[in-house]
This record gives sequence, C-alpha cells and structure tokens, in this order.
Amino acid sequence: MRMETPLSRVRGLGSARSGAHHWWLERLTSIAAFVLFVWLIASILRLPSLDYGTVTAWLRDPIAAVPMLLLIVTTFWHLKLGMQVVIEDYVHEEGMKLFSIVLLNFFTIAGAALAFFSVLKIAFGGDASNG
Amino acid sequence: MHRNPSRPLSPHLTIWRWGPHMLVSILHRVTGSGLATIGAAALVWWLAAAASGPEAYGTFVSWATSWIGIVIGVGLSWAFFQHTLSGIRHLVMDIGAGFELSTNKFWANMTLVGSALLTALFWFVVLGVK
Repeated sequence: MRMETPLSRVRGLGSARSGAHHWWLERLTSIAAFVLFVWLIASILRLPSLDYGTVTAWLRDPIAAVPMLLLIVTTFWHLKLGMQVVIEDYVHEEGMKLFSIVLLNFFTIAGAALAFFSVLKIAFGGDASNG
Repeated sequence: MHRNPSRPLSPHLTIWRWGPHMLVSILHRVTGSGLATIGAAALVWWLAAAASGPEAYGTFVSWATSWIGIVIGVGLSWAFFQHTLSGIRHLVMDIGAGFELSTNKFWANMTLVGSALLTALFWFVVLGVK
C-alpha cells in the first residue's frame, strides 16, 4: 500500500513519467556542444592545412584530443535526445516508433564509439614519424 | 452547432499564414535531423579515416573536396549555423524572454540572416586561408 499522496507521486514527473529530465539534458548538452563546436571551428580554421599529417599531429596533443572526445560524447548525446523527440512526434504507429527508437540508440552508440575510439587510437598511437 | 466566426480556428498547418517564427521552428528540426544523420556520419568518417591511415584519409579528402562533397559541406555548415542560432533563440525563450510578437519575429529573422552570413564568412576564411 502506497503511503504517499497521489500529488507527491506525480510532482515533477508529468505525463511522460520522467519529468523534465529529457528536456533539461537536451539544453545542457546543447550548451556544452556549443562551446565545443566553437573550439572545433576555431581549431580547424587555425590549422595550416587539413591534410593527414597535420590533423593526426593535432589530435595527438591532449589539448586537442580531450575536447574532441568531449565533443563526440556531447554531440551524440544531444542528437540522440533530439532525434528521439522528432521520432516520437512524427512516427505515429507504436511498433514503428519503438523500432525507430531502438535503431536510433544503436546507431548513436555505434557512431559515438567509432569516433571516440578513432580519436583514442590517434592520441595514443604515438608519433607516426617515429614508426 | 453555432460557431462564433470571430473566434480563431483550431491550429492546423494549412490554416495559419506562414511567418518567420514558423519557418525557423521547423527549420530547427530539419537542420537538426540533417546534422544528426549526414553531419554525424561525416564527423565519424573524418575521424575514423584519420585513425586508419593516410590512404583512408586520402579517400575521405577526395570525397570531401569533390563537387558533391563541397555541396554537402556548405549545406552542413549552413545547417549547423542555423541550428545553433535557432538553438540560442530557444534557450532565450526557455527563460521566458522574447515572446512579444515583434521581438519574436525579429529574432526569428535574425537567425536566418545570421546563418547565411556565418556560412559565407566560414567558407570565405576556409577558401581564403588555403
């Protein structure tokens, strides 16, 4: 038997039963992604070129590798939250909606993992010129 | 059923006259979806190619600098700037500001002007530096 009142049970939750958590994380990740993309764009424009040697040498530096890793996590988290809302709003059939959200989760994690591992490989790979 | 003709009709896309705020609202979702699919794929490809070696990176660069790659690149950069400016507008509205009709319309228009200018500036710098 529940000892709490109906009001206390629903307070802050809303009809989705998870309250404003999704909404809040979408905002939080948007601010983080904004800061990190300003860094990425500034870095790309400052690099003398975008050829293989320049880009990998740049990503070997912790000052570039760490923000890039943070950018990957933030961006994929944000796009997952955003795309979920788009799917929930426009895919009306329940089975297709569930399937789309499962696919979204798989592709988000797979994409983020591939990008994340790639940066780690470059960062930990050592100087290519030393063999 | 008696209907008072001075009352507004129920909301429907085909009934409302289009305004900049509606355009910017749906563009936020369109650009977001484009960035989340094509943009994310391009980012993953770029990083994975750089991690795989000079040959894979060369394949990426030859695609990215082809005419189709440049069209996609310009599109993605515009989508990024539009989504970013529109996102900042949303954060302002989230704190309860900017809902007056003229203010709302002004900043909706400014995201469109701003994203076009930033896209042009970005490519001017990219092509100017190289």
